[in-house]
Amino acid sequence: MFFFPQNPNVTHNSNLYKRPFVESFEETPLLVAVLTYMGYGILTIFGYLRDFLRHWNIEKCHVARDREQQKDFVPLYQDFENFYTRNLYMRIRDNWNRPVCGVPGAKMDLAERVSYDYNWTFKHTGKVVKDVINMGSYNYLGFAENVGACADAAVDVTKKYGSGVGSTRCEIGNLDIHEELEQLIARFLGVESSMAFGMGFATNSMNIPALTGKGCLILSDELNHASLVLGARLSGSTIRVFKHNNMQSLEKLLRDAIVHGQPRTHRPWKKILIVVEGIYSMEGSIVRLPEVIALKKRYKAYLYLDEAHSIGALGPHGGGVVDYFGLDPNDVDIMMGTFTKSFGAAGGYIGGKKELIDYLRSHSHSALYATSMSPPVAQQIITSMKIIMGEDGSTLGRQQTQLSQNTTYFRKKLWDMGFIIYGNDDSPVVPLMLYMPAKIGAFGREMLKRNIGTVVVGFPATPIIESRARFCVSAAHTREMLDIALEAISEVGDVLQLKYSRRERPLPALGWMSEESLLQD
Amino acid sequence: MNFKNLREYLAWLYYQYLLITGIYVLEPWEKSIFNSILFSAIAMVVYTSYVFVPIHVRLALEFFSGIFGGQHSTMKH
Repeated sequence: MFFFPQNPNVTHNSNLYKRPFVESFEETPLLVAVLTYMGYGILTIFGYLRDFLRHWNIEKCHVARDREQQKDFVPLYQDFENFYTRNLYMRIRDNWNRPVCGVPGAKMDLAERVSYDYNWTFKHTGKVVKDVINMGSYNYLGFAENVGACADAAVDVTKKYGSGVGSTRCEIGNLDIHEELEQLIARFLGVESSMAFGMGFATNSMNIPALTGKGCLILSDELNHASLVLGARLSGSTIRVFKHNNMQSLEKLLRDAIVHGQPRTHRPWKKILIVVEGIYSMEGSIVRLPEVIALKKRYKAYLYLDEAHSIGALGPHGGGVVDYFGLDPNDVDIMMGTFTKSFGAAGGYIGGKKELIDYLRSHSHSALYATSMSPPVAQQIITSMKIIMGEDGSTLGRQQTQLSQNTTYFRKKLWDMGFIIYGNDDSPVVPLMLYMPAKIGAFGREMLKRNIGTVVVGFPATPIIESRARFCVSAAHTREMLDIALEAISEVGDVLQLKYSRRERPLPALGWMSEESLLQD
Repeated sequence: MNFKNLREYLAWLYYQYLLITGIYVLEPWEKSIFNSILFSAIAMVVYTSYVFVPIHVRLALEFFSGIFGGQHSTMKH
């Protein structure tokens, strides 16, 4: 369905894949790109005007500024990020950080708020916007609920263990429920051993420094999450970045690393660690894992796979990208993932060989210094994981089937409507391109008017012209909910003119090119 | 898009103009500054073309008819 002959992302090693791997990133139409830059240009001019007025105290300055006594020091609020926050983000700030009351399941309630000073301050009206369809939560399998088996089990465990012990796993914070959780995770992933942490972000940022150090090389995808970037930087290793999901780029870096070794000394690298994610949450793309594993084996590197979004959400058994591609989990050296998304809990895990986990238990900062996971959270993970594995007596893979059907349906419909959507056909993260800065604000507001909660994303999370709305499909969404959401998206797409895609029409560039070549002949 | 009347269509066109230029996110007084500058620029362009284009067209016509007429007359001789 998503096939482009000129797409650079087409599979080159299709023999490694057991099923077609289709991923599309339609090119930005030229006119849209020009208009987007023009829009940013106009807004920047008005930003400078407002900064000028604030500087001369003609209008009141609501944000932090350099103090009068410090005016000869280095300016603190002059860089582009601060300018952007003050003059562009503030104008459409009502689309973010909306207060949610209650459980953000398939539907949620939002606290209504108004601003009388153009988003500098907000006031709660006291009203609640009821039953907003939630298209923004990472609730892939629908476990974010306050009723049901998971919630009941968590309540029982709270009565038994309390809310937490306030000590680390190494000291007196180790409970039998943690051991049970870790054994279950290892079984779920199909690895020898595993370890759970109380914080997903720290799982990445504190364990990479335990694994690599000076004299090691980290090859990192350019779109890796901030936690991986932070971990890689903290480790003190050399970091080289390859193009997003581009295996030629990765192979070139690997070859160069092996041929040239470390800079200046030309000693071989102690370790080479490839760091990739399962699903990239901004692009909706899935890592080309079979090719990464082939490269890792050929060049004897290590592989760190962050399955924050993919665990539970991908694969026939919910086992993440490894399950999705039908690969052997032992081929991935470090399997990392979080419980925040599919399991409706909090925290992260690392799975792998027993030696690796034993090493991490005694060397990882987040194992040594952080308090152990709260028992009700651990129980939520245990119960939801058992439901995914079918060990609670329910049908195996019910959520996965529902999620993959929802994903296919949702993506297909958006595709047919003529929106530009990014990413893999099977990815439950669906980015819909908005491009223009004013449309970010307008899309969020128009969708909420139609009682649908969405996430809109702009700079700095994306490149400046590639602003987008991001939908996360959940197994908890019913077909009716998706239909309501799709109808609203289509309507808003017409009002805001978002159906940019030029797939159906013949490419105008080709006609022009052929004319040109005729003229040259 | 289906519009009930011209007024609705014009409102939609103005909305598109707001979105594409990005002034949708601006405060009303900023919007009016932008609109005034843009429309006075357009008005000046229109006025200038109204004043000067006929003169230039006439001059150009005279110039070309001079060449054309000249050739024509040489052919006659």
